[in-house]
Amino acid sequence: MTNPTLAAGAVERHLRARRDTGRGLLMPYVTGGITPSWTDYLRAFAAAGADAIEVGLPFSDPTLDGVTIQQAGDTALARGASTRRILAELSGMPDLGVPLVASTYYNLVLHDGAEAFCAALRRAGVGGLIVPDLPVHEADELTDVAAAAGIELVLLASPVTPQPRLAEISCRSRGFVYAVSLMGTTGERAALAASAAELTERIRRVTDRPVLLGFGISTPDQAREARRHADGVVVGAAVMRRVLDGAGPDDLRAFLATLRQALDQECDRPR
Amino acid sequence: MTATEGSLLTAADLAGGGVHGDDPDTRGKFGVFGGRYVPEALIPALDEVASVYAEAKNDPAFVAEFEHLLRTYAGRPTTLTEVPRFAEHAGGARIVLKREDLTHTGAHKINNVLGQALLTRRLGKNRVIAETGAGQHGVATATAAALLGLECVIYMGAVDCERQALNVARMKLLGATVVPVENGSKTLKDAINEAFRDWVSNVEHTHYLFGTVAGPHPFPEIVRDFARVIGVEARRQIIELTGKLPDAVVAAVGGGSNAIGIFHAFIGDEGVALHGYEAGGRGLESGEHALTLTAGSIGVLHGSRTYVLQDDEGQTIESHSISAGLDYPGVGPEHAWLKDSGRATYHGVTDAEAMEAFSLLARTEGIIPAIESSHALAGALKLGRELGPDATILVNLSGRGDKDMGTAMKYFNL
Repeated sequence: MTNPTLAAGAVERHLRARRDTGRGLLMPYVTGGITPSWTDYLRAFAAAGADAIEVGLPFSDPTLDGVTIQQAGDTALARGASTRRILAELSGMPDLGVPLVASTYYNLVLHDGAEAFCAALRRAGVGGLIVPDLPVHEADELTDVAAAAGIELVLLASPVTPQPRLAEISCRSRGFVYAVSLMGTTGERAALAASAAELTERIRRVTDRPVLLGFGISTPDQAREARRHADGVVVGAAVMRRVLDGAGPDDLRAFLATLRQALDQECDRPR
Repeated sequence: MTATEGSLLTAADLAGGGVHGDDPDTRGKFGVFGGRYVPEALIPALDEVASVYAEAKNDPAFVAEFEHLLRTYAGRPTTLTEVPRFAEHAGGARIVLKREDLTHTGAHKINNVLGQALLTRRLGKNRVIAETGAGQHGVATATAAALLGLECVIYMGAVDCERQALNVARMKLLGATVVPVENGSKTLKDAINEAFRDWVSNVEHTHYLFGTVAGPHPFPEIVRDFARVIGVEARRQIIELTGKLPDAVVAAVGGGSNAIGIFHAFIGDEGVALHGYEAGGRGLESGEHALTLTAGSIGVLHGSRTYVLQDDEGQTIESHSISAGLDYPGVGPEHAWLKDSGRATYHGVTDAEAMEAFSLLARTEGIIPAIESSHALAGALKLGRELGPDATILVNLSGRGDKDMGTAMKYFNL
């Protein structure tokens, strides 16, 4: 068996290194192009202690997104956001010191061809890619193209994924494994889903790749609880609701700092 | 592959795809089209639907129950009607209609929903969800759900709810909950997005009763097989009527279920041309149309790789048609495959051409067709003039026009 760390790309090496210091990983999400100066949010995320940043490329038909991310995507598209413009704006940014992971639906990946898409990501300084409507058995083509372009294709696991398939997903995922905490769409929830712990536990049995829990993680308490099971959390709708309500980069920095603190407290505790 | 005495269709008819060797492969691909571009959370449910269906279609008891419902509830077999007065306007070609408008609920949609409602029961689920544009699939689904005692929730764009208030009332009367979808363009594509969101949240006890031959595998195959009875009957009937196969089979194409339903039994008949007519709306140049196969490009929409209407950034373009049932920016992957393989040919028919055929059939033959089906009729008029008086054209009259009277009143100032 090859040593996965040796084969790992830059996103995974970064996340593994931080995890191995005992740090709970935080990956906030922003919809690209949501405001004219949206890249300021990225700087705020990095300053608040993000370990990676997810940048959504909005699509007209986001079937896996709840109301908040849908509204964010519609708002960005209405402003004239597009994959090209968002990536152009990203390439103008200085290095934030944390990896960028793009997320979008498969139609936008295919539109100019997967090779051109991955090359454009690379030029914009993006290291990873999440495609929520691309399950593992449809991912052959993109896996090869992304790997050749140096893009780590992150695969998603769900609470109902059977164990053998979970092993395949964990093995073929790059960067980290995205554990979808619940059966449903993106969006804030009152409590962390009960399925989150079991799913994370099942993934851990088959990989030592970093595991990030996403969907419905909205509060410091939920982040703390998620950290007990996973290496870290993805926070999307809780960020974007605030952005849609008019919160600026400093407000988001303060909100993310509370999540950062919660993750750090959880890791300081004897486990 | 002949039906047994007195039976509408057999297990072999239902599973007829395999006979022609054109079933999708195990990953649901028709060539490069089709597949399953859906969230991981839905994969086990799609696997379950596929395996339960594979078992059901080879189970004589399941096929017999479906056949029984088609006969005693949907009103099959539907008749063929030759329309000579209408055909005078088509260069004298012989035009024969397959009368799906005479089924219960008034359109071909009933065939698929009865099959899938039985499948829902076999899956052990007690709730169905569905999307609807004009409301025809919603009404058909609500009907089948009432018949089998299933809870039923219909997603319908808020704009469509307003345009089709009568169908909303019908669904409610049948016991369904109708959820107006307020996001995106508030039409069919957004209703499908919302139905997928419901499904991923409730998949444990819910079946998504998909209404057309689009969507992720195995829906294109299942919906086709349940609609296939149209062509199986029509092929037998037209040979009885004319002594031979028709020169062409013609149907309207939105998502593509009525077209696949009548095409499929003829795919192996090399001498039979297959023509699909998409909604040309206000014309190709206007940009307001639903010409997915004739003017779209390959992409991924609603779980399937197929032709879609998209802008130069890859965002889905809102389609337009006077007929809500054809107003969809995607199309079933098997049609994409039939187009690229050259086995079927697809054309556009404008709103104006469709409405002319709509009124012509009413005045010459006393049949008020659905505006969707009127696109096929307009296509037959053009094709008849091309093929000449010796040709026989079989048209799928997929539904009746009662639901379209509001549109007709406005259009013709009645």
